[in-house]
Amino acid sequence: MADKNGFFDLSKTAFASKTGLTRRTALKGLAAGAGLAVAPGFVRYSQAQSSAPIKIGFQSHRTGIGAAYGRWYEKTTAAAVKAINAAGGINGRQVEVIIEDDGTDPGRGAEVVGKFATQHKTDIVYGTLFSHVVIGSAPAAGENKIPYFVVSEGHHVASTKLNRYVFQPGITDVKSQIQSMAPWIAANAGKKVTQIFPDFAFGYDHRDYLPPALKAQGADVIAQIAIPPTESSFTKYFPQIPPETEVIYHVMVGPAVLTFVKELGEFYGSNRPQLFGFIDSLEATDINSPGLEFLDGSHFWEGSPRYAQPDDSAAQKAYRTAVGIDDNGAAVGDPKDVSTAAHMFGCWETLYVVKKAMEDAGYKGPEDRAKLVEATEALTAFAEGPEHPQGAKTFNGKIHQCFGIQNISKVEGGKLKVVHKTKIEDGLYEAEGDYTTQAL
Amino acid sequence: MHFGPHLLLAALEGLVTSAVLALTALGLSLVFGVMRVVNVAHGEFFMLGAVLAWAISTAISGHPALGFLAALVIAPLIVGAIALVAERLVLRRLNYNPEATIVATIGMLYIIQQLALSFYGPEARPVEPPFSYRILLPWFGYSGYKLSIIAASALLLIATWLVLTRTRIGLVMRATQYDSETAQAFGIAVGRVYGGVFALGAMLAAIAAVLIVPISQAHYLMGQDPLLLSFIVVIIGGLGSLRGTVVAAVLIGLSDGIISMFFSPTLAKIIATLLVAMVLVFRPQGLFGTASR
Repeated sequence: MADKNGFFDLSKTAFASKTGLTRRTALKGLAAGAGLAVAPGFVRYSQAQSSAPIKIGFQSHRTGIGAAYGRWYEKTTAAAVKAINAAGGINGRQVEVIIEDDGTDPGRGAEVVGKFATQHKTDIVYGTLFSHVVIGSAPAAGENKIPYFVVSEGHHVASTKLNRYVFQPGITDVKSQIQSMAPWIAANAGKKVTQIFPDFAFGYDHRDYLPPALKAQGADVIAQIAIPPTESSFTKYFPQIPPETEVIYHVMVGPAVLTFVKELGEFYGSNRPQLFGFIDSLEATDINSPGLEFLDGSHFWEGSPRYAQPDDSAAQKAYRTAVGIDDNGAAVGDPKDVSTAAHMFGCWETLYVVKKAMEDAGYKGPEDRAKLVEATEALTAFAEGPEHPQGAKTFNGKIHQCFGIQNISKVEGGKLKVVHKTKIEDGLYEAEGDYTTQAL
Repeated sequence: MHFGPHLLLAALEGLVTSAVLALTALGLSLVFGVMRVVNVAHGEFFMLGAVLAWAISTAISGHPALGFLAALVIAPLIVGAIALVAERLVLRRLNYNPEATIVATIGMLYIIQQLALSFYGPEARPVEPPFSYRILLPWFGYSGYKLSIIAASALLLIATWLVLTRTRIGLVMRATQYDSETAQAFGIAVGRVYGGVFALGAMLAAIAAVLIVPISQAHYLMGQDPLLLSFIVVIIGGLGSLRGTVVAAVLIGLSDGIISMFFSPTLAKIIATLLVAMVLVFRPQGLFGTASR
């Protein structure tokens, strides 16, 4: 059509300026460049790597369906870095965190890893949660030979399907979580279990590892219902739940989880099967939201308890103060801003693992990345304490995965009360491979 | 569950989807019908309606119905005002050029979405329904509020139809749609009509969002699905045809409910998309649309 409004007429724009580059613009450009060079961030360190900060590239879910996690992962990271820097940093150097948004998207995730490696030249990449982003980004970490410390939950690291540069040292994986909780579910909730899970990688770990774990306890998964991760209404799936179901095992992610629980409530009313859920279904959501009364008396998995418990350790209390959450797991001063407490401790603990491994390796800079990988693989256990407030953990260097305790909590009076803690041994399994045999 | 109750549940779910879809798609259809503007930011006006409903209902204490009713009145007005400003500042300056307005509304989509992320945040937040009555059927329970959405949407659709066919405002809108130059020659302020129609389209999306927000939640990314489904409805029903929009919305809503319940949600989307392709091939003006002059 005729371009009568001149939208595509470039002759009037700066692109076609007849005068071209004038001496004045050139001088302006030079001055701006010089200004940038002396601006903060361009400080040249006289002893180069010995006192320059250690740069950690944080692949954060700032936007997209993981945004609520991303925000709290950033808060926790800031608190941990503040504590580490106040205590002298790593190898005497301060830690600096550079954040890039991955949009909770695997493609962008891989780009962000590349950007950290080649543009920001960070020492490591860290922080990712969503399993599809981890899986999408891991090859980029391997290609760039940059250690990639994820704070996810999926079994993808421990299954050794990724590569030697990917670690999950600060939070347990789904296979381990399920295995350690299955005995409790079979003994206390019921023997006939229907599973409802999101139709992507994280959900598949639940789909694949729950049936054998329950079978070992004399219980059965009688139906498995996969739900697309973008779904916003769930009632239409409920007729697939067999009537003889004793326990509904639900694990949902993303913003629609609240609707899921509300619709389940409308469907069943008070005459419902037992419910056992992963807290992923309700992370960053106030348990006293309208429609959630239905959850009263049901149980949840929690990595780290959202609500302060009577037997909290001094380390746990100090950690909660540092990240700025109150006894209900909400931001101090804003009771409506509920945290992702069950997962975000993993950021705090991972950073302390990175610190330990860098100190063991005598890490100086990117040329020592291989040494850092080997030093991380050599770690075996983390003691409970200020650096590991969620609890003691063991670490298997062959599969790059840690193992720790899990909490099972009951919804009572609008709060989550821990009723059972598993042991580290409950979650151990045979290693499925060995990353250390891969070349660096 | 037996076939009968299963089908009933599927049909109920489908009708709720249809009701909300009809209102949303009607807004899109009106804007295109009168202004020839493909409003890609329509889904974001929907999202704004839901987010504002959350803000208004949490600001008003007391019985949840008070907050909800306030939201039902105030949220569409605010969204309408925002749409009017956007229309004056952007679309009018582009002379409603079809290609330029598509790009401009894509820009508006991102701006509105990022503003919502900045000021409202990434969380999905619930809004309490004005009443929570659970209808107990022998086979399952169903939300009374969901059924009331169907009724409310039907009333609003009838009201819109009356405005379009029985009032002077409707007459002016139809005249502008039929031939804007002649309408201008007869003294109709076409620019003002365009502004009003754009605001009205956004308000219809906002009302649909306020109605649905108690059964879903307010989230800054929630505008994408309604936009896509509205496009499907509008293409099938015929652009600018109220009757076509309603029929197509019921068709798509029910097929989505029933096919996704008995088979899979993916199949429902495949069939809806296939339907769009078929309509475009065999009846490009849509089921009830009139051929372009």
